[in-house]
Formats: sequence, structure tokens, C-alpha cells
Amino acid sequence: MVEFAKPAANYDITNSVSTPDLVKLTDAGLYCEYGDFYIDPWRPVGRAIITHAHADHARPGNTHYLAAAPGKRLLSTRLEPNSSIQTVEYGEAIKIGEVTVSLHSAGHVLGSAQIRIEKDGEVWVVSGDYKTEEDATCAAFELVPCHTFITESTFGLPIFRWKPQQTVFDEINKWWRSNQEAGKTSLLFGYALGKAQRILSGVDATIGPIYTHGAVEKVTQAYRDSGIALPDTQYVGTAPKGTKYSGSLIVAPPSAQATPWTRVFGTVSTAFASGWMRIRGTRRRKSMDRGFVLSDHADWVALNQVIRDTGAEHVIVTHGYAAEMVRWLNEGGIKASSFSTKFEGERDELQPTDQDSESTEESSETDSGIGAANMQDEADLAPTTRTAAAAAAADVPRFF
Amino acid sequence: MKAFTDLYTALDETTKTNEKIAAMKSYFESASPEDSAWAIYFLTGRKPKQLMQIPKLVALAVAAAGVPGWMFAESYDAVGDTAETIALLLPDSTKTSELPLSDWVENRLLPLRGATEQEQIDSVLEAWQELNDQQRFIWNKLLTGAFRVGVSQQLVIRALSLVSKIEPAVVAHRLMGTWEPTAEFYQHLMEPDTKDTDISRPYPFYLAYPFENDLPVLGEVSEWQAEWKWDGIRSQLIRRGGQSFIWSRGEELISDRFPELIEESVLLPDGTVIDGEILPWKEANVLPFSQLQLRIGRKNVSKKMMEDVPVIIMAYDLLEFGGVDIRDRALVERRELLERLLRGLSCSSDPAQLTIAESDKAAPFCQRLSERLRISPKVEVDSWEALSESRNHSRSLNVEGLMLKRLSSPYKVGRQRGDWWKWKVNPFTMDAVLIYAQRGSGKRASLYTDYTFGLWDNGKLVPVAKAYSGLTDEEIRQVDLFVRQNTLEKFGPVRTVKPELVFELAFEGIAKSTRHKSGIAVRFPRMLRWRTDKPANEADTLETVQALL
Ligand SMILES: [Zn+2]
Ligand SMILES: [Zn+2]
Repeated sequence: MVEFAKPAANYDITNSVSTPDLVKLTDAGLYCEYGDFYIDPWRPVGRAIITHAHADHARPGNTHYLAAAPGKRLLSTRLEPNSSIQTVEYGEAIKIGEVTVSLHSAGHVLGSAQIRIEKDGEVWVVSGDYKTEEDATCAAFELVPCHTFITESTFGLPIFRWKPQQTVFDEINKWWRSNQEAGKTSLLFGYALGKAQRILSGVDATIGPIYTHGAVEKVTQAYRDSGIALPDTQYVGTAPKGTKYSGSLIVAPPSAQATPWTRVFGTVSTAFASGWMRIRGTRRRKSMDRGFVLSDHADWVALNQVIRDTGAEHVIVTHGYAAEMVRWLNEGGIKASSFSTKFEGERDELQPTDQDSESTEESSETDSGIGAANMQDEADLAPTTRTAAAAAAADVPRFF
Repeated sequence: MKAFTDLYTALDETTKTNEKIAAMKSYFESASPEDSAWAIYFLTGRKPKQLMQIPKLVALAVAAAGVPGWMFAESYDAVGDTAETIALLLPDSTKTSELPLSDWVENRLLPLRGATEQEQIDSVLEAWQELNDQQRFIWNKLLTGAFRVGVSQQLVIRALSLVSKIEPAVVAHRLMGTWEPTAEFYQHLMEPDTKDTDISRPYPFYLAYPFENDLPVLGEVSEWQAEWKWDGIRSQLIRRGGQSFIWSRGEELISDRFPELIEESVLLPDGTVIDGEILPWKEANVLPFSQLQLRIGRKNVSKKMMEDVPVIIMAYDLLEFGGVDIRDRALVERRELLERLLRGLSCSSDPAQLTIAESDKAAPFCQRLSERLRISPKVEVDSWEALSESRNHSRSLNVEGLMLKRLSSPYKVGRQRGDWWKWKVNPFTMDAVLIYAQRGSGKRASLYTDYTFGLWDNGKLVPVAKAYSGLTDEEIRQVDLFVRQNTLEKFGPVRTVKPELVFELAFEGIAKSTRHKSGIAVRFPRMLRWRTDKPANEADTLETVQALL
């Protein structure tokens, strides 16, 4: 039988000289003292580089933000209005204090970035959340060689291995079709930011109409405004009264399950798209008819592959199965340790975020959520380009 | 194996009863009798005796997956099921097996028992090679004897009844007791002629629903029979063809645990089936259930044990008399026959003439029966108020409360509302502190749902009870989070948590125990509510609970 590849020992401990820690763990989050900035801080700070727009990574309250340009529109909908957000293109190097910083695509969601920090030839990379499988709604993962790699490990156990996404999309389409034949509505739950749009990009939109929950529609609009092509969707909140949903697909955040919001859809078949659906108990506990194993995080194989391919001499593991991953890497000859962060890797897809539940409430009765989102969008409709970013940056104090 | 795996998947993918029944129906309609027999065997929770030691299987799995043993433990911790953890760890499969279920079970699964270690290894590795991911999971479930699909026996029976057009009660009866999963068995199961011959076969038990209403909703008190709710082992005593059998409600043949009852049963006429409760009984008093537990725990019943814990059958009902199934008759009639039978009064030997009036006239032929076969006494009252008053004496009588049965009720199958109710006295309660937590299984595998609670004893918390039911999903989620954030120590799957959360536990009984550090054992503990209003230091002391002894 095929054995899983063990990470090879690709460095020699005896040769490593002591180098400064470019990133440290502080009470406010991951901190780079040589550039005086934080990465995805969980307490308000002066300067925050944001890896991506998920709630546990992009928190409001910071004075200045720096993020990758493709995710600017999305990020701005997740922070307070008029937040100071400066952007850089993927791969564009900027000098911050004593270090050179560049952002590189993490393939996780639109605009997600790994943060590369270099000082005197020493390179550290903070992965944020990442996946290596391609995704039509965001740029592909870029491998960034480094000396120290700070990696997530949301699915850092060998039981978490994903099938090719096309197989999963085929399963979803098949499920939707057979529900349609049985006169049922297909109610598919997935994380409102990223997962929902990836699902929209992957399903066969010719099967039937697609409706969305307010939280999903809001983010989907931000994706479209960022130039991502997605099939037409109709927001449930603005659908005419008496709409017959049978045969359609409805995409909603997990927090909408079993809320009054789902009552108007008639006979439904429910499904949940998440890496956690790999475990039968999780699916059963969620009381879903189906579970589709679709994740925006790297699986066990990809985590190991990326860690090895970065060539890192030292790996620091953050949220997820950090202790297990560290032990596995050390036993495989890769020096590893962990940072205990406030990122919610283990649970972020299993529990509603505040943003999800807020939107659930607002969209159940009114369409104010969508209206507000649209208004905001109109004020800032230009595609995110260097010039747009520079223009935006001119109005607010600069990040660096 | 393919069709059976699809069936499993279909059952697993829906929570709707009619969809589950439809899935089983279509399986039985297309599967061979051999496969159907095995499918029923597994669906109704039967399992072969241990085929292979689990640690050996795990060792094989981690070697095949190329991960260290500790990684299995961590993975198991996330999954909560050995068979599933193995299936998820194995390298992706490329094949699918088309061989039928019976082939896999008879030629591959069962021979593992008694095979040499090398043969076991070869066979299991070969199986994993041939099966697809989902089939491997099913195979591992069969191998570890942990096959459960979330269908009740009742649902299986309903599906079989739809396929065979035989009444559910007949199917249920044929599925009871011991049987071999063969094509012949399946054919017999579906046989339209319902004169069954197996003399040991018990009837499905009729179970009461808990009564949680106001008595007057039941109508007139005169239409009801009230009895004490005894706390023992619900059983059927069968006397047929010169042989006796005792079946427990769990469908276990327990005749050999109670030789004195078997001995007494020869006094019963052939073709008699009594439904009753086995109770530990001494000097006109029922002993605590824990005494009986001691007795059933032993494979061989010693003379001393029989003297220390004598047992009786408290007869509730008569299901078969003179070889005739009389479950359709009214309770009042069955009870009358039961009384005549056990008091040694006369009754007609011709089942066709079994009426009370006629048995009155017939000459005595039943022998006087012993003290070991007793009739559950009626609680005679003329008003609901009086009945309610009687229930208050339950504890002093060592019973759990009252049973209410409609006089006109037939003896039904399974747990059904309407005619039979159990009306228990309010349970004992205590406020205890959460001290250990463990992950649940199945649906709750990834949550900490199994808790151990402690009571104060000289400034320390002593574990007294384990409980895992009674909380809402939301509460479970909150406690799970608390456990994760307040773990003091980990011992394998068990976490010691900061003693902070207080729960009100209900329990049915309490007994002295030398096996427990606390010196007591409580029965059926469960969580009544989360006492968020109570700090840990205000929880109950061991002393107060011991006082209930
Ligand atoms: Zn994320
Ligand atoms: Zn994350």
C-alpha cells in the first residue's frame, strides 16, 4: 500500500546559527518588532497586516490596515466604514522599518495572503489560512521559500484528506438534481465568506435558480465587485412573496440552519459543505441530510507538502491541531514548535461568527443588510488597482 | 457489500423515518435471501463474537497509513469511532467490491475468529485493498462489532412487513430470540403461513410511556388497573413442550441465571407465557436492584448467591395460554386468567373455550404454584386522588411508582402511548460539581458530553456519578467549550476540569457500594439542569446524599 510521505529532514540543526525572531507572539497577536506591526492581531493595535477577511483574522478597531489588493473591497465590508486600509499587489515588496515585507497569495479566499518578512537575508513567512487546490474565486497558492514558516494546522491530522474539488462539485450537482426530481429545495450551508462563493463557482447553474441568504449575498456582491465571475443569484430577502423555491438551490451560512428563515422553502434537503464533514459524527451532530467535504484549508497531505517545500528550518504551528503537528514534524526531523493564537481554526466553520448571525437576523425580515452593502459599494466601485489603492492611501495616514 | 453499503449510506443520510423504511424496503426487494438475512442480523444490532483483537487491527491500520501509533489516538479523539478512524486513516482506495454481503461475512469475516495472527493480517489487508472507502468503513464496523445505523428494530420490522405483507407483530415475533442468519431463516421470516413453531420464542414486549399529565385526562379511574412499578428485570417466562425459557426485555435468554425460577416453572402447563418482573425478594420484601445486579453479573450462580439473593417473578400479564396467543384479549380478561393460573385455580384446557365464565366451572387441574411465581398486586382505589396518595408510598415499598393500564387494552408491541403508562415518583436529586469530561460517541464524538460529577467530602470532591444526558445542544456546546478552556489534566481521553460548574442530577435509587470511592452507587443518574446560579462550593456534600440510604 501507498505510504503517506513523511516530511524529510531537509536541514541540519548543527549548522543553524541563532537569528533574530522576526515574529513573536504577544498578548495582542503576532508581532514583528523590526517593522513595528502586527499580523492579524486580536487586540486593537496601530498597524495590522491582515492575511484575509475572515472574522478571526480581520478584526475591527486597528488604526491602520495593510492587505493584499485583490481583497480590499471584501475587507472593507468586514471592518468599520472608513477604516484606513492600504493595499499592495501580491509579490510587491515594501520596506517597513528594518524589514522588507511582501504579500503572496494563500489560495484560501479572495485576497488571502501569506506574509513574507525579510531582514538581512533571513526570511519568515506567516501563512495565514491557506489551501493549495485551485479555486476559481481567488488566486492560486504561491509557495514561498523561507527559513521559518508559521503555518496554520486547522486540519493537521492524517484523517483529513480531501477529494479533488470537481468530485465534490459533481456530488453537489447530483444531490441538487435528485432533490429537484423529488420536488425538494436544496438548502446548502457553507461559510458565508469564501466557501459560499466557491460553491457558486463550482455548481452547475443550469440545473435551476440559485437563491442566497443575506450574509452570503453581501459577500458574493463584494466578490463580483472585485471582478470575480459568479453565476446569477437571487437574494431571498428581495424575492417576491409566494416564490416557489422547490427545485432551486439556496446557499446560506451555517448559522441559518433551523432558524425561522428556512420555513418558507417547502420540503428541503439540507447539506453542509465543510472539511469537518469528513467526520461522520460531526455531520450527524449538525443534523444535516448530507455533508460535502469541501474545505478552504489545506488537508493533511497539502500541509505536509507545503511545509516541506518551503524548505523551512523551523516551523511554528498555529491554530488547529498544533500539538499533534509539532510532534509529527519533530519526529520527522523538522524542528517545530507552536504559537497559541486566538485564531479559531478548529471551530471556525462549526460555529456561527457574529457576522453570520447578525446577517441571519437582518435578512430574515428586511433587506436592509443588502441595501447598506450596495450603498457602500457604490461609493467605492472602481476595481482595486495600484492607482486606486494609492488614491485611497492618499486620503488616510499611510501604513508605512 | 455494495448494495449493503449503499443501504447504510442511505440510512445514514436521512433522519426521516419513511425514507429509512423505503431504503430498507428497496434493499430487501432486490437482495438475495442470504444477504437479506445478514442485513437484518446487523441492522437489528446483532453482532458476531469478537473476531479479532482491536489493538491488532489498529496496529495494522497505522502501519498501512504510515503514521505512528500516537497519531491514531489523536485521530480517534477527533473521530470517536475506531472503525471510522481506521477507514479515514487508510490510503485512498482505488477499488470497489461487487461481492455480496453474505460472501464477505461468511467467507471473510467469520473465519477471522480462530485464525492465526498472520492469516488475520493477510485477510484484513486484502479486504482493505478490495473495498472502497465507504465499504472499508462498513467492513471495519462489522469487524469491530460496533455496527449501528440509527434504525430501530421497529423500523426494520416495518420494512420487512411491507416487503412480505405479513403483519409487523408476526415479523417481530419471528425476529426474537436466537436465530441463524441464513437464507432458510429469511425465507421462514417471510413465510405467509404464520403458524410458527419455535418453542423458545418470546413475544415482543409491550412497554409503557412515562405519564407526565394530570390524571383526569385518562378518564374514569374505574377503567384502569393500577399496579406498583417494580424495579427488577422485565422478563418473559415461557413454558412450552416440556421446556422452560426466561427472556429478558433485552432479548437475552437468561434462563441459566435463575435456576430456581426454571425449577418452579415446571408447575405451569405447557403453552404458557408470562410477562413479569424478576425481583430479588426476601422475607416478603423486595431487595434493592443492586443486589440483583450482583447476581446477573456472575456467569455461574452459586448456592450461596441463591440463598443471599433469592428471586421471584412478579407476574404482570399472561400472553399465551393453552398454546394460544391471547394478546388480543382485554387486559381484564388476561389478568383474570393469570390469577386463576397462579392461584392454582381451574381453567379450561381447550383454548377455544377460554373464557372466564367457563374456566369458573371447570375442575381444578393446575397445581398449586409456589411463592416464587407471584401476581403483581393491584393498587385498588376508587378515585384519582386516592391513587395519587398511594403513589406517595412508593419509596417506602421500594418501588419506582405506579403502572396504569387500561382494563380494555390488548397486549401491544413495543413502546406505545395511550393504554399503558408508567407514573414514577419524582426522582432523588443532588447538586454535584463537574470534575471529569470525556468525549461522547457517535453523533457526539467530537464534543465533551460524558461527564463525571463529584460531591464535597471534607473539602475534597469525591466522584459519585456519571451522566451524559439531559442537556440541550446549546448547553452541551457551552460545557464543551468550558471543558476545552478549563482542562487541568488529560488522562487518555479523560480530562480533569476546573471544578466550577454545578448541575442538578436526578437519580432513581441509591445503594451502598464498596467498589466506589464514595461508598455509594446511584441508579440512572442524569442531568436535570445546569445550576448556573450555584457556585461549586455550594454543591451538596457526600454526607447529605448518603443520608438517603
Ligand atoms: Zn480563514
Ligand atoms: Zn483561520
